[in-house]
Amino acid sequence: MPLLSPEEFAKQKVGAVQDYAILSWQAVANLFSRPRYWADIFTQMDLIGVGSLPTIALTGFFTGSVLALQSATSLKTFGAVSMTGNLVALAMVKELGPVLTGLMLAGRNASGMASELGSMKVTEQIDAMRALGTDPVRKLVTPRLYATIIMLFFLTIIADAVGIAGGALISVTMLGMNASTYFSTSYRALQYADIVQGLTKPLFSAFIVATVGCYFGMNTKGGTQGVGRSTTQAVVVSSIFIIIVDFLVSRAMIGIFGR
Amino acid sequence: MPQELLPSDAVRPGRLTEKEPVVVFESVSIAFDLKPVLENVSFSVQPGETRIILGPAGGGKSVLMKLANGLIRPDSGAIRIFGEDITQIRERDLYKLRGRIGMVFQESALFDSLSVEDNVAYRLHEEQVPPDEVHTRVVEALKFVELEQAIAKFPPELSGGMRRRVSIARAIVSNPDLILYDSPTGGLDPITSTTIIELVMKERDVNRTTSLLITHRLQDAFTLAMNRYDRAKGTMEPIPGNGVDEGTKFLVLNEGRVVFDGTTRELVGSTDPWLKQYLS
Repeated sequence: MPLLSPEEFAKQKVGAVQDYAILSWQAVANLFSRPRYWADIFTQMDLIGVGSLPTIALTGFFTGSVLALQSATSLKTFGAVSMTGNLVALAMVKELGPVLTGLMLAGRNASGMASELGSMKVTEQIDAMRALGTDPVRKLVTPRLYATIIMLFFLTIIADAVGIAGGALISVTMLGMNASTYFSTSYRALQYADIVQGLTKPLFSAFIVATVGCYFGMNTKGGTQGVGRSTTQAVVVSSIFIIIVDFLVSRAMIGIFGR
Repeated sequence: MPQELLPSDAVRPGRLTEKEPVVVFESVSIAFDLKPVLENVSFSVQPGETRIILGPAGGGKSVLMKLANGLIRPDSGAIRIFGEDITQIRERDLYKLRGRIGMVFQESALFDSLSVEDNVAYRLHEEQVPPDEVHTRVVEALKFVELEQAIAKFPPELSGGMRRRVSIARAIVSNPDLILYDSPTGGLDPITSTTIIELVMKERDVNRTTSLLITHRLQDAFTLAMNRYDRAKGTMEPIPGNGVDEGTKFLVLNEGRVVFDGTTRELVGSTDPWLKQYLS
């Protein structure tokens, strides 16, 4: 890799941020003007949402299970094993559900978007699309963005529910807890602010997964090697962004709701 | 082969009109990473004309083709297509203009996930043409390139030559006013290349579409210039009397500059040492 001067490096990074911002804005704004590719949005919803369902369900279930198992050890010290449901529900709904679902989707879909669009870019299919009079951002990026936002929201709800169920299974079968105690402490632990926080995060995560995946795909250079590079970058960058934005959203929500 | 053209003055009856040029490049320059790719390129293409672009690899031919379709914008100069300066109009308006332009890419650039029928029908779907009419026009376009039997196949199932033919069908299905062929014979064997050139000739002589064609093969260029498509026989044949197609002209680029712009006879009669060596 050629060594760049600090000025050139800075220019490249600022240019990349500018291109990313323009792509994101166009992807959002395209839904408000014609033509709209509804069929592509539904296809992507199926690929992203239904396709990710088993992964998300398994991740959620075992996260809830291990959370119950690990927390019981600590809670036992204080004689508070009955609070397991409380801890699992709060952790799943506020933090682990949204973040892990976002990260799983980044691994599965940001990489898929980057490799698919990257392959299209290096084989001139994106240029062909433009030459045929179609805006590739409108046709390829906008459907992926809205499909990811809609589906990640619901996938997070499923992950939360399955995670709490996983915690219940462990609490009842291994910790000897009563199921109704578990669910009642879980229910009582959750407040309006927690639900809002847990359902706001996936909107940001989905935006990051789709725009970062599509950005790296649409800017792929250098043949098949470039496609591989774009795919890796899309997963790494979107995962890091999800964790950073999770912190920022958590801070903002605590500021707004006080918890 | 080029020398054969020198003694004869036989030409085909002129097909050109006195209308405004379809393509005009005025002092167009572009550089990538500070390296000039095209410098002060100027030429024009008249309605019905076929302009063959020749030159060594890396001379900026494909860049010129992408500039002509507005896929990239020049650093300086003006490009007028159908009288509109495409360097000044918005991308959104360019999409409308591209509805009148067909393009055949170097590597075909077919959509891998779509069948041959959907690839060819792509533009018609975008224009929301009724499905029955779409199918009829797709079959018609595939018949033109003699590939109607491949309508249900997917691009990975096709040979290189078949992909180019599908790409040509996709470019002509909307009856464009201008077709851009970016090395349609690149990487193909001589027999398949001749088949593709015959299709280009058929489009030129049957539909009289204005076109720009890049080729690395001089043989293809001169085949196009010295032959015509016989509709009755359905094949190409040499223009009688060692004639040339007067509507077929040449543009030769070297290191981003125009080194020749003129007719077939002017090209073979050129005394420029570099051109003589290039053509030999």
